[in-house]
Amino acid sequence: MLKNVVSNLTHKPVTRKYPFEKREPFEKARGHIENDIDKCILCGICQRVCPSNCIQVNRKEGTWAFQPFECIICGVCVESCPTKSLTMAKEYRPISNEKYEIVQKKEVQNPPNKDKKEGA
Amino acid sequence: MSDKSTIPFGPQHPVLPEPIHLKLVVEDEKVVEAYPSFGFVHRGLEMLVQKKDFNQMVYVVDHICGICSAMHGQAYCQAVEELIGIDVPERAKYLRVVWAELHRIHSHLLWFGLLADAFGFENLFMLSWRIREKIMDILEATAGNRVIISVNIVGGVRRDIDTEQAKWLLDELKEVEEGLKELEKIVKNNYTIKQRTVGIGVLSKEDAYMFGAVGPTLRGSGVPIDMRTTGYAAYGNLDFEPVVETDGDTYARTIVRVREMFQSIDLVRQALNKMPEGEINVKVKPNLPAGEVITRVEQPRGEVFYYIKSSGGKNLDRLRIRTPTFANLASLLHMLPGSTLADVPVLVLTIDPCISCTER
Repeated sequence: MLKNVVSNLTHKPVTRKYPFEKREPFEKARGHIENDIDKCILCGICQRVCPSNCIQVNRKEGTWAFQPFECIICGVCVESCPTKSLTMAKEYRPISNEKYEIVQKKEVQNPPNKDKKEGA
Repeated sequence: MSDKSTIPFGPQHPVLPEPIHLKLVVEDEKVVEAYPSFGFVHRGLEMLVQKKDFNQMVYVVDHICGICSAMHGQAYCQAVEELIGIDVPERAKYLRVVWAELHRIHSHLLWFGLLADAFGFENLFMLSWRIREKIMDILEATAGNRVIISVNIVGGVRRDIDTEQAKWLLDELKEVEEGLKELEKIVKNNYTIKQRTVGIGVLSKEDAYMFGAVGPTLRGSGVPIDMRTTGYAAYGNLDFEPVVETDGDTYARTIVRVREMFQSIDLVRQALNKMPEGEINVKVKPNLPAGEVITRVEQPRGEVFYYIKSSGGKNLDRLRIRTPTFANLASLLHMLPGSTLADVPVLVLTIDPCISCTER
């Protein structure tokens, strides 16, 4: 105990001064998910596997919507994405005063009848 | 005239990390009766099992507890695997042991810090949480998250630990072990700790067994029951004995937990050394067969009990979880009458309460 007290008096703080000094994230860390909408085919698998229902895919309008504050960052969507358009970034998403939604839009090239065929 | 008065303890109290309310009837300084009431953080997670796919449910049960989340996931996955009848790859079993034991170390360190804080030894609180931070780093580096690591899936685990990372992990554990040795010295020699814990909340061997206590609360009273000895996951291939102390007081339970941390380090080393090469998970069919299964897993606080029932399809019909804190509450209520009011915080913490687990 005494050794600890003496060493604590002499060496610098163990904690970091966070906003000024940030730790490098670990290689495998799960920070937040990102979607590359150009690669995305709006298949909706991410929506189906998500345990917290934070992703909504609308194929008719061509939108991929995501609620970052409902996401539990489990990474199942990233693992099941067939085109690897979803990726896991290592950095945490910064805090915010307001909840926001991320909506990405894609031009739908498929004619509407093709949608029907896939849905059937 | 009787000079009994009633003092509410909690749901908001400096020593309580989570809300539980105890109605304490005191006579002067002595507690004569104690009535618990809880349900402040009920979230209805068990009901979600009927809405979510059984694969999605793994992440829900992971969020039951913020401290032993890996073990909740493990217990649930083991139950579903038994229901489907799949064999998990050997490597996955060993990896589950590694993460479960790391969770046990950090849970005990967290508890030890809180106990020290409860009797006003703030310095020790900081010291044990500083050691804990190393474990959190190991978890983040290997599994991707600090606490809710979500590595277990039905059919195995999601992440692998390669040789290079295993070597780094063992190096870090060496530092953790040195820190723990310092901590052990403090526990064994410090005057304050002994004054506040020795002879407080004595639970005899018979009482502990009769009240259905589990985990360190039970083993601190001299009953060698540890679910890991049933040999689930890879525990059957590892060499260990349940840690038992015979005094049955708060100090004995503290010593049990301190010794268990060293045991966990040893188990992580054994598991990493004996880990075979191979697959880490197997593919699972999307539909469940009908049936019911019971699993028991040893968590840092004691034995957790999972019951699942399915009648086929993607969802389970029923999930029932009995958490260790619920099992230990009866022995807490047995310990409280007769103690002084100043010892109540120490007694509440001695069973390592995890209220969010209990209320789910």
